[in-house]
Order: sequence, then C-alpha cells, then structure tokens
Amino acid sequence: MEFINEYLPYVIKSSYFLAAILFITGLRRMSAPGTARGGIVWAGWGMLIATIATFLLPDMHNMVLIIAALVSSTVLAWISGKKVAMTDMPQMVALYNGMGGGSAAFIGAMALFNAVDHLGGCQAGIIVDTPTTHDCLAGVSMIFAIVGVYIGAISLSGSLVAFAKLQGWLDRRFTFPGQNFFNGIVGIGTLLLGLYLTQDLNPNYIWIFFGLSLLLGLLMTLPIGGADMPVVISLYNAFTGLAVSFEGFVLQNEAMIIAGMLVGAAGTMLTQHMAKAMNRSLGSVLFGSMGGSGGAAIDGEMKEIEAQDAAIQMAFADRVIVIPGYGLAVAQAQHKLWEMTQLLLDRGVDVKFAIHPVAGRMPGHMNVLLAEAGVPYDLIEDMEDINSQFPQTDVALVIGANDVVNPVAKTDPESPIYGMPVLNVDEAKNSIVIKRGKGTGFAGIQNALFFAENNKMLYGDAQDAIAKLVSGLKAL
Amino acid sequence: MIDGFIALYIFALAAILGFEIISKVPVVLHTPLMSGSNFIHGIVLVGAMIALGHADTTLEKVFGFIAVFLGAGNAAGGYVVTERMLEMFKPRVKKQADEGDK
Repeated sequence: MEFINEYLPYVIKSSYFLAAILFITGLRRMSAPGTARGGIVWAGWGMLIATIATFLLPDMHNMVLIIAALVSSTVLAWISGKKVAMTDMPQMVALYNGMGGGSAAFIGAMALFNAVDHLGGCQAGIIVDTPTTHDCLAGVSMIFAIVGVYIGAISLSGSLVAFAKLQGWLDRRFTFPGQNFFNGIVGIGTLLLGLYLTQDLNPNYIWIFFGLSLLLGLLMTLPIGGADMPVVISLYNAFTGLAVSFEGFVLQNEAMIIAGMLVGAAGTMLTQHMAKAMNRSLGSVLFGSMGGSGGAAIDGEMKEIEAQDAAIQMAFADRVIVIPGYGLAVAQAQHKLWEMTQLLLDRGVDVKFAIHPVAGRMPGHMNVLLAEAGVPYDLIEDMEDINSQFPQTDVALVIGANDVVNPVAKTDPESPIYGMPVLNVDEAKNSIVIKRGKGTGFAGIQNALFFAENNKMLYGDAQDAIAKLVSGLKAL
Repeated sequence: MIDGFIALYIFALAAILGFEIISKVPVVLHTPLMSGSNFIHGIVLVGAMIALGHADTTLEKVFGFIAVFLGAGNAAGGYVVTERMLEMFKPRVKKQADEGDK
C-alpha cells in the first residue's frame, strides 16, 4: 500500500503527459485526409487515459456525484450524437462546444466561490495542490479563473444561440441601432467588474459577473445571421479552448493547459480559414451586417424549365457538372442526387460534382454529406480544380446554391459580394438552377446567372425536383 | 506547482503548435477538424471532476455537478460526432498525395 501511494502521483502525472501527447498527435493526424480517421481515435485514448487517471487522484470526494454526472451526460451525449442526421452535425458541434465552455465557466466560478470561503487562511478547497501561499487563489491564478469564467460563459450562451439558429428555432436576426456600441459597453463593463473582483471578492459580484458574461454571449450572437454561424461556432470553439486552458492553470493541470491552448490556437486559425473561404472578415461577421441591397439591378427575366425537359437535356449531354449548395443540405436530397447521378453515369454521361469551399452549412460539410450518400471521392472536385472546365460543360446543374455561383462577384465592383470566389457556372454551355422560389440568397442580392440567356430555372424543393428528374431519366 | 513563467512557456508552445498544425489543411477537413478540436477541449471534464472531487459547500457541489455534466457531454458528444464525420473519409481515399498538398 505504501508502495502504491508513493508511486501513484507519478502514474497520474505520466497519464496526463501521455494524454497531452495523444491530443497533439491526434489533432495532427486529423489535419490530413489520409490519417484523419485515426486521429480522433488517438485523441479518444488520450481522453480515456486522462479521465481514468483523475479517478485515482488522492483526496477525491463526492464520487457518487461525479459518477452520476459523468455517466448520465455521457450516455445522453453519445445517443444524441449517434442519432443526429448528418445535415444537423454543425449545430451539434455548437451544442457540445457550448457545454465545454460552460463547464470551464462553472469550474472558474467554483474556484472563485471557494476562495471566498477560505479568504484569510486557506487550507482546503480545490486549489489544495498549491502550497505556496496563504491565499489559495491569488495573483495570476485569480485572474485566470476570472477570465476563464468570462470567456467560457460567452462561449456557452453564444453557442446555444448558434445551436438554436441552425436548428431553425431562431430564424431572424435581432438588431437595433447602436447595438455594437451597447454590446461594447456591456463587454467592457463586465470585464471591469471582473477586474474589480480581484480586489473585492464579494459573492454577489461573482454572480453578477457570471450572469453578465452569459448575457454578453447572447447579445454578441443574436445579431449574426445563419449564414455566418460556422465562423461563429469555430470562434467559440477557440474561446472554449482558451477558457479550458486558463482553468487548467487554476487547477494546476498540465493536460488541460496544453489541450486547451492547442485548441485555442488551432480554433483561431481555423476561424480565419473559414472566414477567408467565405470572403468575410471576422470583424464583419461579428460587428457588421451584410448589406441587404447594393449592386446594379439586372435586366432580363428568369426562364422556367420542366423537369422532364431538364432530364432530357442532361441525359443527352456529354458532360454535366453538379453544383450542390445549402438548399440540397436542407432538403436532405443528397441520396436522391446520387441516384440521379448513377442514372446519368449509366448512360455514359461524364458527371462531376463541383464543391464551393463554403457549400453546405460550413466548409467541408458538403463533402461529408455527399460521401454519406455514397458519392465516390473521384467525382468530387474543388473549386480551383473544376473552374476551368465549365466552358467544356454541356449542362451545369445548380441545386440550392445561389451566391456561390453569382457572376456578379466577378463583374460588379459595387456588389457586396464582389471579390468572393465563385464557381464559373455562367461559362457553361447551359445551366439549370433548382431553386425553391425567385428570392435572393443569403447576401440578399440578385443573381445575374438566373437571368442569363442560357440558364433555365427549375422551381421546387431540391428533394422533389431531383425526384422528378430521376423519374424523367427513367422514363427515357 | 507550475509558476507563472513556466505556464507562459507552455501556453506559448502549445499555441504555436496549434497554429502550425492548422496552418495548412484542405477545406474538406475544416468541419471535421473543428469538431475534432471541439472534442479535445472536452479535457475540461478532468478539471470538472477535480473541482467536484474537492467541493465541500452545497453551492460548490451543485456547480461541480453541472461542470462535470457539461464537460462529459462535450467529450462524449464531440467524440461521436467527429468519429461519424471522419468515417466518411475511410473508403475510397483517392489521390491522397495531391489532396495532401492543398
């Protein structure tokens, strides 16, 4: 027994060390397509090892509570994660991320309340491992605990709003004049209150600080539109990482410090990549709304086509490029689309899929959806690879995509989307656009492609429209 | 005990590593990577367990319970969702070389 007690701390420390290494290696493997699948398994082992090691820590109380919370939440999250449809993945990421941020915020709040109880001469409490001074939560630790609460709480409430928006529970943006100024006041005011806490750790102020931080996350996220949500979720992902890292310092846990900061940095980088792919700056996502109008009006009219005619046009084409967009994801029509594609392939038509970097709900999401439906990788092309092939294409079929195929982005410097990389569908010999109505896209601007001479509109929900195309092709 | 400066070194090195790893990834992997990194900060579960393990007042126990519950959800949900997304990358990984250098 003596022997075990002597070596246990080393076993635990080594486990945390191993976990940190596994997280780093796992993330690294996840960043390349070939090794990505193994990466999550490596990181998973890290998590398991760290969790088991934590049970071995000396002086752990409330074991029943710990196991009850751990098991109930794991089961719930596991089932919900398994059951959710592929199209709803983004909001699940938002939800789980918010939970992590909330966890970090509650840890920080506990450290603060604990410090209140032990002001003066502290000996017990969660900072038990820091034998240096009488103030168990002093100086740097205190500041980290406070900042962790701030960031974690913003991530919690912000992610929940993002979840609600993507889930369709909150489909409008809440804006009012002077909103940025008001939010700025709340943000800075809350931070100042946090600073004041380091001087006067009054429990009431801790509550207010926690509440205001949550409110801030709400205020920051409500005015942001659904199209920008991926960038926002990615940002809050980085926030949670930072909060976890800071609370890791408070708890003197190296695995938390390293993993948290790793995600904080990786998440920030990923947020920038995403914003860039969508031709948005982080500032304009967070503080500016996209203009509702702008750009010149477009002459001409949209010409409608019947599904049967569209099917014939594609069946006798040499080359078809399919451009799937958000509408396809919403209608969950990816399986139907693959059925249609197989019919075309059987007829000897060369079919390719062109994926805009931000097609779907977030970058890379469309690839996942198509892969789920069984579309082989070699039919899927990125924008840079396929853009030069449109002039040799007989039919470009656009499904529920709008702004990403708008040629205005290349031609009209006045347009809000000018400069955004788009797919050159306008260069194809013919194009067919499946669309629910005549409305504009997220950016709220007219699409010149829809009015082009060689473009036809096929109105309807993506699922229905593709089903009609399938029966049209079968009837030939 | 990790003193302030050692912590600063760890923060900085981990951050540089994070930036470095994500600096060149194909767009295809953005969503799975976001999900994967979301799982990794589920390590907050460990902190929540430590905090609840040392809680003595009722308030601390309630907060600790919530923290463990939320942290476990982050870790478990994050794993399942990421695993399902990356499942799609298993078969038919073609042109691995030219996808890797994008």
